[in-house]
Amino acid sequence: MPKQPGDIDTLKLSLWRRLTDQLATWFAIGAAVLVVVPLLAIFVYLLIKGGGSVNFAFLTQTPKPPGEMGGGMANAIVGTGLILAVASVLGVPMGIGCGIYLAEYGRGRFGDLIRFTADVLNGVPSIVIGIAVYGLIVIRQKHFSAFSGGVALGIMMIPTIARATEEMLLMVPNIVREAALGLGIPKWRTTLSITLRTASAGVITGCMLAFARVAGETAPLLFTAFGNQFWNLKLNQPTAALSLQVFTYAISPYDDWHKQAWAGALILIVMIVAAVAAVRIATSRGTLKGVS
Amino acid sequence: MGVGIVVRGLNAWYGKNLALKSIDMTVAANHVTAVIGPSGCGKSTFVRCLNRMHETVPEARAEGLVKVGEMEVYGDGTDPVEIRRRIGMVFQKPNPFPTMSIYDNVAAGLRLNGFRNRKQVDELVERSLKLSALWDEVKDTLHKKSGASLSGGQQQRLCIARSLAVEPEVLLMDEPASALDPISTSKIEELIFQLKQHYTVVIVTHNMQQAARVAEFTGFFLMGSLIEYDKTEKIFTTPADKRTEDYITGRFG
Repeated sequence: MPKQPGDIDTLKLSLWRRLTDQLATWFAIGAAVLVVVPLLAIFVYLLIKGGGSVNFAFLTQTPKPPGEMGGGMANAIVGTGLILAVASVLGVPMGIGCGIYLAEYGRGRFGDLIRFTADVLNGVPSIVIGIAVYGLIVIRQKHFSAFSGGVALGIMMIPTIARATEEMLLMVPNIVREAALGLGIPKWRTTLSITLRTASAGVITGCMLAFARVAGETAPLLFTAFGNQFWNLKLNQPTAALSLQVFTYAISPYDDWHKQAWAGALILIVMIVAAVAAVRIATSRGTLKGVS
Repeated sequence: MGVGIVVRGLNAWYGKNLALKSIDMTVAANHVTAVIGPSGCGKSTFVRCLNRMHETVPEARAEGLVKVGEMEVYGDGTDPVEIRRRIGMVFQKPNPFPTMSIYDNVAAGLRLNGFRNRKQVDELVERSLKLSALWDEVKDTLHKKSGASLSGGQQQRLCIARSLAVEPEVLLMDEPASALDPISTSKIEELIFQLKQHYTVVIVTHNMQQAARVAEFTGFFLMGSLIEYDKTEKIFTTPADKRTEDYITGRFG
């Protein structure tokens, strides 16, 4: 192709400009690599330390009494799943509902108050949330339970999901809402079936972030789910959780428990990654060509 | 069939700012009526008052008599949602629902209003896409492609099809071709010409040639008032008001 007036080399870019361009590009690449390195490092380290202890027994058996070798964390794996299910059932709809209110209705003072409250709640230390739930639910029911653990984690999910939902809904152009209202679709229907649907990819990402964040929380479970050496599938009974189990085993004096703690941490991360990946796959099916 | 529109003493506000001043206008059924005027003259506000879209803007309100057919648009107990269902609207910028397929875009107004009969939805989607002259271009990719993947002109015809699918009596068009290239524009204009057989069309336009081409009647707005309203021919050849003449001869605006 013949040279054209706008070609880069005809612009005679100065050395300085080319240098800063290169520098900025490599800085961005470097930053991206730095983000991936810690995650990979943690994962590899967990594999080395705990990979050897993950076996059939570990995944299917309950813990052995102190001093005995073997046993596993099957009950904790199930317990974590149970607690996270409760947390998601509470946190996801409340978070999304709150985000919808903030984005679609909350323009006035009350909206600002909710927004401020959500940000403060986001900053409340997780152990404080654990104590609050202990006071509100555990003391009244007079025993620890999977349900109270789920409530504690669910509360922690709400602000993250609410603010993410709000941001994503505000990114939906107003002309999309107008199109729907102009068709004679009621406002609530427009919000749920058009606006929220248009923003769904971002909202789901927000939910997954909140989920992943609380999945490994230990402090709020200390006085709510409490932990359990045995099987439990009841919501109103104390329940083992991987994070609790890892904590207990890691500070124990037994070598075998230390190994199992590493293995538990590995399983926890694998569970989170698997859950996030599963949601991604499930929600990306049926995506259309040309969706921007 | 389309119905006529009667507007008497219509005022509209944005906050404390009076944007429409006591508008009186009678729109003939099954004809195309153009609304012209310089930017900010209230022409968009006017059509948005006809289907109560005006009040969806925060702090905006309107009052006055607007009758569409037998329906009192600002009557006590009139449901704005019901009004919008019967008075379709096409906007300046094509605004298909981005995550929906072409088919779902056209069917959206029906389905989200609780219309569930699949065969009838199929028929209405096909009929609407044919009416908006888009059917031949999209019939093979109805379910595969997103509405947002079409070209700008196609998107606007998709939006017209979407409005037609809910079978309105009046179609309001707010500068429907101003974001489009000349070929797409002429397609939309042809389409408007066809549509008046079934619908009453009110079109806002910046483009005076467009008003002259598509509309039988034209109203000229200036600073929130309807200055002159007559047969398009009359407005563009022998306007009665000096201000209209100045505008159409390009002296301002």
